[in-house]
Amino acid sequence: MTTRIERHHYDVVVIGAGGAGLRAAIEARLAGKRTAIISKSLFGKAHTVMAEGGAAAAMGNVNPRDNWQVHFRDTMRGGKFLNNYRMAELHAKEAPQRIWELETYGALFDRTKDGKISQRNFGGHEYPRLAHVGDRTGLELIRTLQQKIVSLQQEDKKEHGDYEARIKVFAETTITDLLLDSDRRIAGAFGYYRESGEFVLFEAPAVVLATGGVGRSYKVTSNSWEYTGDGHALALRAGATLINMEFLQFHPTGMVWPPSVKGILVTESVRGDGGVLRNSEGRRFMFDYVPDVFRKQYAETEEEADRWYTDPDNNRRPPELLPRDEVARAINAEVKAGRGSPAGGVYLDVSTRLSPEEIKRRLPSMYHQFKELADVDITKQPMEVGPTCHYVMGGVEVDPDTTAAVGNVQGLFAAGEVSGGMHGSNRLGGNSLSDLLVFGKRAGEHAAAYVDTLGTRPKVSTADVEAAVEQALAPLERKGGESPYRLQQDLQTVMGDLVGIIRRKSELEEALVRLAELRDRANRVSVAGGRRYNPGWHLALDLRNMLIVSECTARAALEREESRGGHTREDFPTMSPKWRTVNLVCSLDGDKVRLEHKPLPKMPPELMKLFDRAELAKYLTDEELAEFDALTAEAHAEEAAK
Amino acid sequence: MGNQDAPVKTGTTRHFRIWRGDESGGELVDYQVEVNEGEVVLDVIHRLQATQAPDLACRWNCKAGKCGSCSMEINGMPRLGCMTRMSTFDDNETVTITPLRTFPIIRDLVTDVSFNYEKARETPAFAPPPDLAPGEYRMQQVDVERSQEFRKCIECFLCQNTCHVIRDHEENKPAFSGPRFFIRAAELDMHPLDTRNDRKEYAQASQGLGYCNITKCCTEVCPEGIKITDNAIIPMKERVVDRRYDPLVWLGSKIFRRGQREAEQTARESAPVGTAHSHAGASHEPGAEAEAERGVHWGRQVPQPQAPAVDSRGRLPISEFTFDRPAAPSPFGEDVTFPMPPKDLNYAHPEQKD
Ligand SMILES: Cc1cc2nc3c(=O)[nH]c(=O)nc-3n(C[C@H](O)[C@H](O)[C@H](O)COP(=O)(O)OP(=O)(O)OC[C@H]3O[C@@H](n4cnc5c(N)ncnc54)[C@H](O)[C@@H]3O)c2cc1C
Ligand code: SF4
Ligand code: SF4
Ligand code: FES
Repeated sequence: MTTRIERHHYDVVVIGAGGAGLRAAIEARLAGKRTAIISKSLFGKAHTVMAEGGAAAAMGNVNPRDNWQVHFRDTMRGGKFLNNYRMAELHAKEAPQRIWELETYGALFDRTKDGKISQRNFGGHEYPRLAHVGDRTGLELIRTLQQKIVSLQQEDKKEHGDYEARIKVFAETTITDLLLDSDRRIAGAFGYYRESGEFVLFEAPAVVLATGGVGRSYKVTSNSWEYTGDGHALALRAGATLINMEFLQFHPTGMVWPPSVKGILVTESVRGDGGVLRNSEGRRFMFDYVPDVFRKQYAETEEEADRWYTDPDNNRRPPELLPRDEVARAINAEVKAGRGSPAGGVYLDVSTRLSPEEIKRRLPSMYHQFKELADVDITKQPMEVGPTCHYVMGGVEVDPDTTAAVGNVQGLFAAGEVSGGMHGSNRLGGNSLSDLLVFGKRAGEHAAAYVDTLGTRPKVSTADVEAAVEQALAPLERKGGESPYRLQQDLQTVMGDLVGIIRRKSELEEALVRLAELRDRANRVSVAGGRRYNPGWHLALDLRNMLIVSECTARAALEREESRGGHTREDFPTMSPKWRTVNLVCSLDGDKVRLEHKPLPKMPPELMKLFDRAELAKYLTDEELAEFDALTAEAHAEEAAK
Repeated sequence: MGNQDAPVKTGTTRHFRIWRGDESGGELVDYQVEVNEGEVVLDVIHRLQATQAPDLACRWNCKAGKCGSCSMEINGMPRLGCMTRMSTFDDNETVTITPLRTFPIIRDLVTDVSFNYEKARETPAFAPPPDLAPGEYRMQQVDVERSQEFRKCIECFLCQNTCHVIRDHEENKPAFSGPRFFIRAAELDMHPLDTRNDRKEYAQASQGLGYCNITKCCTEVCPEGIKITDNAIIPMKERVVDRRYDPLVWLGSKIFRRGQREAEQTARESAPVGTAHSHAGASHEPGAEAEAERGVHWGRQVPQPQAPAVDSRGRLPISEFTFDRPAAPSPFGEDVTFPMPPKDLNYAHPEQKD
């Protein structure tokens, strides 16, 4: 082999330096393992910095009635009962401990009057539950974990004379392949330094995937360039399976104008504080989109809706405050009907509803964001907003307790947005940051424990490394092919137009055809320039991942014939109890995506009992309900016997 | 810089000059590129990548001023590319983009900022109170707010890039941590539950706080609006100087002075853990006090502050491009050399011997 490859040996390699990755690395290092953290961007810049609202944990600081059972219930409701119940349970139980731990690392959350961590209200959470730091909670989270890692390195320096004795950060390094031994055990990870283009091989028996989401395959997204679904694709190629890939969360209000900020979030509190949505005809259209199940809780006239802001006890809520998926669909429908704004969104207006002083006081960061980024004064003008691709619920299928990837591979773990199951068909705001901490910790812990069980270390095969090198160099060696930027644009168009918020059979079928064409074209992409910090080359390599993950989404979306949470089929507009019992599982067969049905794990009675029958009736099949009734009857009988 | 309100017409072609090259050298390359209404500089760079220069290297992540990746110098001003709107330039103004000057070039607009991560690693971490379990921390909002200001830092390193102590002064880098890490020290100093009580002294003795002569250039470029100088650097310097007026400390440190050096050294390395952590008075930690006291220039007249030269906008000229000769002009005039000789300083220089 002529190419120089740098080799490193670690016990645990964590791919991703967001909240999940850093928390996993801390845990692995605390378990005494030599740990590497790998990140595509600089240390401390991962996508987690962008999270604003907060981290959900039932600490009960603001409302003492809050506890893990309530949080669990909210999470299951939010995910429309498709969540892996065990993950939701662990998450609700362990989140407070994980948040408190951050304080011992130096985090400074906003406080309540009695000096505890303050908690704020958020859509779908019954009590104020989100620990926060103004609107930069993600930054606080990542900086805290980053600084904890530094403090561990300082301990190591004291002990071994070297900061990097047990934990090292490889910033601006991209992993392109996972390497397995002949028993399908993880043996290492292969990648390149973005700075130099040099290749690097990590030999390690355990890999934790914490690579975040897939939003970059969409035209309008709140996600950064990192979100190309690398972890999803690495897992697939290593033999693991993905679940729930049809569920993507579209946030209803992203900025659509000017183009430079397209997709950037406008927080939900703008609507909570009186912002209303209007179409190009000036109509407050949300009144036309209240679904029957919500009819009773939402106002029918503008007058009533307006009274709610001052007197919420005697009036019903304005329809602008419907759940995220409903609002996103309504905006989408208005735009498709030709009643959108020039930039393809609708108007969100607070300027005619609140005084300028009031707006600046209540929404300082939004005022600032529009002023700085868009040169729009929201105290004088409406904002133009539209749905933006925000979060992928789907991801690597994992064992809830150990986060070990399910499928034909050992030694692979996944946590954070890249894993699936926890959020079901729809994620509640604030549940992601806590998810990162809870399952990040578990991933680190169990990866370390797995390493301890190994007798001999799996060996990387030279042939695999050679193949990885060849694959990585291919776009640079081809001449006269297509530009990766063109291809990415085309992919974003296909996904945005055909696998967007509202899906139809015919469009999904067309999307699959177009995706196959794109995959073909991707094999002919060529890039100019050399290997040193060459963004064209980086994109060409990421495209491979984006394409395969997009195909999983399109296939699963075509298969699931119902509408639930982040998946809406125009031809199957309602939720079906039968589909609730099914997970769609993607795996790779050669380079073909295979889709299978797999039954959802069954919730045990003690958790089932946290819900009342009327609510369960909305989700469960008749058989499941009959079972539930039998259980309650039994419990009653027991009670009576006492 | 141009008319704030002038809208950029849709699809105008604009002249950009972008530095292309690597550590072996490079040059400004001219580009004619389409600019649409409402775009920021980073959009234009992305358009260039997609059309004319696919291998143009540039860092970015969030495109919303939150991650601090896209730091660059735009017409000589250190800025975030994603937060610099094209409408802030005149219609026919040439936009010149260069990489951060203080850090070694990797390629094009990407520089090697590892200096900052090394300094981060040298700054002692938060020292949690040993007697409090997770969940038992109690702090008042007013008390955490002071540190929270510094925790807003997005680590764009624009302040580090701007600070004249290391800009074009490679030789000062080993001894100087820079404004980003002064605010880190200040943040921990003001943290209500941090148990180390020598943060200021550490900043003075080991971070090179003494090199800083409060020019405020760092505050001026901070995209988060952190008052680096007023709220972090000055209070830390003042507190170090304050020691002089505390008669007890004064006496104590005189007595302990001799033979204290080794003790100081070990005290610093073994992270002294105190119980009470007061911001109001002296720390009463002999090693730290002696360190602080040694750092003060007794009985010297405070010299007249040197006023930096300002340009037509009343700002410090940071630009090399508007300048008539190569290399950076000193913001303090050509006749002042840095680092200033210790005798000219009104505060302690870390290398100053008694
Ligand atoms: C605008 C916005 C606001 C949000 N607000 C909230 C909120 O208020 N509350 C909440 O709970 N959630 C929120 N979320 C969601 C939440 O921020 C994310 O889901 C979460 O941060 C994901 O964290 P992670 O650790 O899984 O991955 P990330 O933080 O995204 O990190 C991924 C890491 O993996 C690395 N990586 C990826 N691929 C590779 C590869 N091939 N090789 C090496 N490294 C790789 C990346 O460089 C990066 O370091 C928000 C999201 C957005 C976009
Ligand atoms: S005030 Fe001036 S000298 Fe001091 S850190 Fe800031 S830029 Fe550097
Ligand atoms: S203090 Fe301000 S300028 Fe300096 S790194 Fe932080 S955000 Fe950037
Ligand atoms: S891209 Fe994140 S600050 Fe500019």
